Amino acid sequence: MVKKVLEGSHAVAEAVKLCKPDVISAYPITPQTHIIERLSEFHADGELGNCQFIRVESEHSAMSVCLGASLVGARAYSASTSQGLALMYEVLFNVAGLRQPVVMTTANRALSAPINIWNDWQDAISARDSGWIQLYAENAQEAVDYTIQAFKIAESHDILLPAMVCIDGFVITHTYEVVDIPSQEDVDAFLPKKVPYLPLDPENPIGYGMIGTPEVYEETRYLIQETMEKAKKKIVEVGQEFEKKFGRPQGGLIDTYKLEDAEVAILSMGAILQTMREVVDNLREEGVPVGLIKVKSYRPFPKDEIRKAVEGLKAIAVIDRDISLGHEGALFTDVKSALYGSGERPLVKGYIAALGGRDFPETTVRKIVDDIIKVAKEGKVDKEVEWPDLRREIL
Amino acid sequence: MASKVDMDFEGLASGHRACAGCGAAIAVRLILKGTGKNTIIANATGCVEVFTTPYPECAWNVPYVHSLFENTAAVAAGIEAGLKALGKKEGINVVAIAGDGGTADIGLQSLSGMLERGHDVLYIMYDNEAYMNTGIQRSASTPYGATTTTSPAGKVSIGQETRKKFVAEIAAAHHIPYVATASVGYPRDLINKVNKAVNIKGPKFIQVHAPCVPGWNYPESKTVEIARLAVETGLWPIFEMENGVITSVRKIKEKKPVEEYLKAQRRFAHLFKDERGKKVIEEIQKLADENIKRYGLMD
Amino acid sequence: MKEIRIHGRGGQGSVTAAELLAVAAFEDGYYSQAFPVFGVERRGAPVMAFTRVDEKPIRVRYQVYTPDYVMVQDPTLIPAGIDVLAGLKPGGMVIVNTARKPEEVGLKAENVEILTINATRIALKHIGRPITNTTMLGAFAGATGLVSLDSVIKAIEERFTDKLREVNVAAIKEAYEAIRG
Ligand SMILES: Cc1ncc(C[n+]2csc(CCOP(=O)(O)OP(=O)(O)O)c2C)c(N)n1
Ligand code: SF4
Ligand SMILES: [Mg+2]
Repeated sequence: MVKKVLEGSHAVAEAVKLCKPDVISAYPITPQTHIIERLSEFHADGELGNCQFIRVESEHSAMSVCLGASLVGARAYSASTSQGLALMYEVLFNVAGLRQPVVMTTANRALSAPINIWNDWQDAISARDSGWIQLYAENAQEAVDYTIQAFKIAESHDILLPAMVCIDGFVITHTYEVVDIPSQEDVDAFLPKKVPYLPLDPENPIGYGMIGTPEVYEETRYLIQETMEKAKKKIVEVGQEFEKKFGRPQGGLIDTYKLEDAEVAILSMGAILQTMREVVDNLREEGVPVGLIKVKSYRPFPKDEIRKAVEGLKAIAVIDRDISLGHEGALFTDVKSALYGSGERPLVKGYIAALGGRDFPETTVRKIVDDIIKVAKEGKVDKEVEWPDLRREIL
Repeated sequence: MASKVDMDFEGLASGHRACAGCGAAIAVRLILKGTGKNTIIANATGCVEVFTTPYPECAWNVPYVHSLFENTAAVAAGIEAGLKALGKKEGINVVAIAGDGGTADIGLQSLSGMLERGHDVLYIMYDNEAYMNTGIQRSASTPYGATTTTSPAGKVSIGQETRKKFVAEIAAAHHIPYVATASVGYPRDLINKVNKAVNIKGPKFIQVHAPCVPGWNYPESKTVEIARLAVETGLWPIFEMENGVITSVRKIKEKKPVEEYLKAQRRFAHLFKDERGKKVIEEIQKLADENIKRYGLMD
Repeated sequence: MKEIRIHGRGGQGSVTAAELLAVAAFEDGYYSQAFPVFGVERRGAPVMAFTRVDEKPIRVRYQVYTPDYVMVQDPTLIPAGIDVLAGLKPGGMVIVNTARKPEEVGLKAENVEILTINATRIALKHIGRPITNTTMLGAFAGATGLVSLDSVIKAIEERFTDKLREVNVAAIKEAYEAIRG
C-alpha cells in the first residue's frame, strides 16, 4: 500500500487498473474525463495488459460494448455522468435485466437544461430503478475502496447485478487528497479473475435477451428485487472482508457518527458528509446533541438499518442533492417510506441543497441543524421541504 | 427571397470567451456573414456553445438554441418543420452548427436522419478534430497520429491509431443537393459557400476545418497559417459536391510536404522523435497524396 | 488548518501549483487537499485554486473563503478588479508576482503582509518561459515556512523529468532565496 496525494479521478483510475478489467469502454464527459484520460495513458504505455480499451462514439455504445464484453465473460468497466448517463439509460436497464456484472463510476453531475457541468446526484438518482447497485463514496479513498469491492459484489454468482460507484463530480474527481492505493498483490488476492456465469460460448450455446411475455416478465423483476435484498448482505460481507485485508473499516449499508446520545441527526450521502462530520464535531463541542447518518448503499436501500439507527431520535434532517420534480427529494421520500412501517418514528424534514454545484459550506449545515433542532423542540414539522440556500432574490 | 452575403453583419458579438486565435470562433463569425440575419441557429454542446453563452450573456445576434450534444440535426429539423407548419419558413434559414464530435460521433445518427428526410436545413460541422470542450479527447475526426488525452502517444501507442472519418463524404452519400468543405484559412470561400448553401432548398452540409490553439498546440497567432498548410499539403481537401458530383475544388499551386504542417503543431511532436514516428509521417504523406488524387487537387 | 488561495489565469498552471503545494505538504508529514474553482473558463480567464494543509485528515469540502495565504500569479488581475484580498484572515499574507514593490501593487489592507517577487523574471531565466507556478511555490516556501524547500523540490522532482526538473528546481531555489532576502 502506498499513500500519496492523488487527484480523485486518478485514484479511481489506479483502482480500476488494479482490478484488471478485460474491456474498458467509455465516452468523455466532464467531470468524468480525468478517469478515462488516465486509463488511456496506462493503456498507451502498455500497463493494462491485454485490456481492450474501446473509445466509442457515444455513451449508449459505451455501455453496450460493456454488455457485449460481459456476455462473453470479460470483466467490463465504464465511467460516465449526467447527460452521458442519461443517454445510457436504456442500456442500464438492459444490462441489469441480462444480469451482467458491469461496474461503472458515475462522476455525479446535474442534468440539462440549463446545461450545468457541476455536481449533484440527479443523474444517478434518476437511474435508481434500473437494477444497478449504487454505492456513494465520501472521498477519494472510498471511491478507490468501493470500486474494488464493486467488482466483487457484482460478479458474485449469487448476485450478478451491475454496480455503480457514485463519486461527486469535481468535489471528488478533481480534488487532490491523500489516498492509500493498495498493492496489486493484495487486490489480486481479494479480487480473483472473474468467473463467468453462463457466457456466450459456441461450446455451450445459450440465448440472452428473449422476449419476456406477460407470463414471465413480472418474475424477472421479482428475481432482481430478491437479489437486491441478498446484495444487502453481500455488500456488508465484502466490506468486512475488505477491511480485514486492507485495514480500513468500510461500514455497513449505512454508517453513523456520534449518534448514540443524539436527539437529532442529519442524513445524507456522498462528499457533503465530510463537511457534515466536521460540523457535527464542532456542534458537539458547543453542546448540541446532533449526530449523522450516512447512506452508503442507495440501491439496495438500507431500510432496516435506517429504522434501527433512528431509534430514540426526535427528528432527522434529510439532505437531497436531487429532486423528483413534482414531489420532493428522492432520499427524503425513501427515508420516510422506510420509517412508515416501523414503530417509533422521529419527525423527518427534507432539505434540497447544493444542486448544480452550489457550494455546501459549514454555514449551510449549521442552518439545517438549527432548523431541525427547532422541529424537534416544537414536536412538529412546520414545512416538509426546505431549500436552505435558495436565492429568492433571483426568482 | 435570396439571402445575401452581409459583410457588415456581426452575428457573433465580441466579448465571447473563446481562446485567443480560436478557429471555431472565426468560423462562426464568417458563417453568420454568409447566412445574414434571417437565420435561426441550433447549436450542439461543445466549445462554441460554451464560449458563446456564459450566463447571463449570449453572444448570438440571431435566434439561438442549444439543446444537447447529439441531437442538433433533429432539433434543426424540428425548427424547420415547425416554421413550415406555421407558414413561416419562407425567408428564414435554419442552420445547425456542431463540432466534429457532435457530428462524426455522437450526432451522426441524428444528422443522417435529417439529411435523408430532406429537411431544408444547412448543417455546418466545425472540425477542430477532437473534443475540445471537455479537454482534448479524440473523436472519429481526429487525424491519424495526433495525440489527444484519450489517444496519447505512449510506449505502445503512436497517438490516434485510426484514420480520420470524413463526414463530408458520408453526407454526400445521402444524395443531398449540396456538400462542401471549407477552411477558416480561406474566409471569403467559406462565406460564399455558406451563402450559396442557404439559398439552395433541401439539406446541405458544410465541413469547416477550424484549428484549435490548445488542442493542436501551436502559438495563437498561427491559426490561419496552419489552416492553410493543411490545404497546401493536401491533408484538407476543399471542394463542392452538388447532387453527388464534385463541381469545384481549390487547387494546390505548390504542394508542401506534410512535415511542414505536422511540425507546426505540438500534437504531432512525438512523431519527430524516433523511427516509429517517421513511419507514421510517411503514412500521413500517403493520406495527403491520396486526397490529391481522389479530389483532383493538382493539375 | 492553513488555507491557501492561488489566483491566476487559465493556462498559467494555478491548479498544478495548488496540487504541488499539497504534495509538498504531504512530504512534510501533513495531510493536504487541493482543488480548483471548477469552471468552464478558457485560456486567459481568471481562475482560482486552493490548498488546505492540516495535521489531521481534512474533511471539509467547500471552497476556501478565509485563506491564511494568497498567491497572485498574474498581477494584471488586481487592476482587472479581482479582489485577491477577499476573506484573507487578519495577519494573513499575500505574495504577488510582480517586478514592483509591495506598496506599488495597488493593494490596500490593514494587518496583512504584502510581499512581491519577480517570478516571471526568475522563470524566464531558468525555465525560458514565463510559466511562474513552480517559481511562486519557491517564494511561498521561503516566505511562509509552511512547507519546506526540500519538500517543494521533492514534489517537483516527482512531477517533472530530465531537463524540466532541473530548471524548475533552479527557479524554485532562486525564488526561495530571493524572498527571504
Ligand atoms: C451525451 C453527452 N455525452 C458527453 C457530453 C460531454 N461533452 C460535451 S461537449 C463534448 C465534446 C465536444 O466536441 P466537439 O463536438 O468536437 O466540439 P468542440 O468542443 O471540439 O468544439 C463532450 C464530449 C455531453 N454533453 N453529452
Ligand atoms: S479550446 Fe480550441 S475550439 Fe475551444 S475555444 Fe479554445 S481554441 Fe476554440
Ligand atoms: Mg471538436
